[in-house]
Amino acid sequence: MHLSRGARAALRLATAAGLAVLYLPLLVVLVNSFNASRSFAWPPTGLTLRWWSAAWQEAGVRDALWTSVRAGLGATAVALVLGTMAAFAATRHRFFGRQTVSFLLILPIALPGIVTGIALNAAFRTVLTPLGIGFGLFTVVVGHATFCIVVVFNNVSARLRRLPTSSEDASADLGAHTFQTFWYVTLPAVRGALFAGALLAFALSFDEIVVTTFTAGPGTQTLPLWIFANLARPNQGPVVDVVASALILLSALPVYLAHRMSEERDPAPRTRQARLP
Amino acid sequence: MPSPVRRLAGALHRRPGLRLAALLCAPMAWLTLAYLGSLTVLLLSAFWTTNDFTSNIEYVWNTANFTQLVSDPLYRAVALRTLAIAVGVTVLDAVLALPMAFYLARVARSATRRLLLVAVTTPLWAGYLVKVYAWWVLLSHGGVLDWLGGTPGFGVPAVVVTLAYLWLPYMLLPLYAALAQLPASYLEASADLGARPWATLRTVVLPIVKPALLAGSVFTFSLSLGDYLTVQIVGGTTQMIGNVIADNVTLNLPLAAAVSCVPVLLVVGYLLAVRRTGALESL
Repeated sequence: MHLSRGARAALRLATAAGLAVLYLPLLVVLVNSFNASRSFAWPPTGLTLRWWSAAWQEAGVRDALWTSVRAGLGATAVALVLGTMAAFAATRHRFFGRQTVSFLLILPIALPGIVTGIALNAAFRTVLTPLGIGFGLFTVVVGHATFCIVVVFNNVSARLRRLPTSSEDASADLGAHTFQTFWYVTLPAVRGALFAGALLAFALSFDEIVVTTFTAGPGTQTLPLWIFANLARPNQGPVVDVVASALILLSALPVYLAHRMSEERDPAPRTRQARLP
Repeated sequence: MPSPVRRLAGALHRRPGLRLAALLCAPMAWLTLAYLGSLTVLLLSAFWTTNDFTSNIEYVWNTANFTQLVSDPLYRAVALRTLAIAVGVTVLDAVLALPMAFYLARVARSATRRLLLVAVTTPLWAGYLVKVYAWWVLLSHGGVLDWLGGTPGFGVPAVVVTLAYLWLPYMLLPLYAALAQLPASYLEASADLGARPWATLRTVVLPIVKPALLAGSVFTFSLSLGDYLTVQIVGGTTQMIGNVIADNVTLNLPLAAAVSCVPVLLVVGYLLAVRRTGALESL
């Protein structure tokens, strides 16, 4: 499609404006975390680092961060195993109800978080509490894992659909049994997808607040729960700004990791092709 | 005598049905027990009632909650407002994302494109609460918008803008992927046949990116439909379905469960409608 100079300029302008809108609010939070005045005021009256050191020394933030990391790791581990199994089933087999399986996988993330949250809450109260299992990190992990499965499933299925079965057949012909083929041939080929799925699952869990609200007990506080609890407290404003700014800066990390993964994955098909006659 | 592992592997290799069952049983058991089971408990509790005086749940089957839901004009107003906000957010995101995705996929040079893709995806990772908080800071009185000339304050416009901001990358990325895969020959053929850019966009590009547009709208629509925290933070006195549910959870769970059926039906209906177009495959 041959675009006129004007159309190109308009598209460039729209993209620039869109990016400005994406970054402006985050930039304001970042600048505000160095704002010298305690009560929020724009423009900042002066710049200071004291809120950053105050936030660093706040035990509540560190505890919440640690809880979030543990919940994320637990949910990611469960989602990796279950999502990969489901992906193998859905891509390597044709069976009645395959559509239903993928629908069931999407449901926990497509339905509103509050519905998932109160459903899990009601179920835990009727089933787990009589068994003596209270609300805590365990119930948070169960809740998070339920909606994390689908991101692992999506990543691994997409990879498996493009992966020819010929190398697996060759492995079987050479005498490897099903598990050996999986371990030595299939797993290395889907490693990138597993990593990408795990990264997304962890991020999803780390960011989740609604499901967490309804599945965490009173003693369990993740970082989003901490932020939400402190949003309403005026004198905690600067510390909330710092925590939010730290999370904004940290968001570059998964992007960097994903970028590294795609660089590692790119040369693979080329080398494979080069070896073929 | 082969080892037990090899015997198991052999059995799995010979019988695809067994292999499939072994692969499916754990994920399906998890989703059925933990998720469908929970949803069933929730649905069942919608047919119970809460005693007005003691706030205890009375386990007597009745449809009082649903009757209240249908007859009370308050719930109808909240449901319609929620639907309008969700549709508004989806339209706003589609309008914002299309030119950006087109520029990224078809106009920008490859070096710029890589950089822009990173720039677009990075805010996605910043986190829900952080982004809502950022808009709270922008919109509040004495905040940046106020300083620039005036803030719309907290209310429905603030909710629509904040939600559109939150879900924009979910619309942008599927659209970008679809536009990047679009064969250039289609566009050239359309131009050769005399179509102006606008006609090409309408008759060639839009039909091809439709599944991606719908996939993006699944996110923007259903995420907006169920939201209640953004509304709590920047909505002022505005209420959406999610707020009605959240407000009733502790005091009147059966009513909250009945109200939950509204977004569930809307989302499931939308998913089923969209599934036929193949949009769910490009999620």
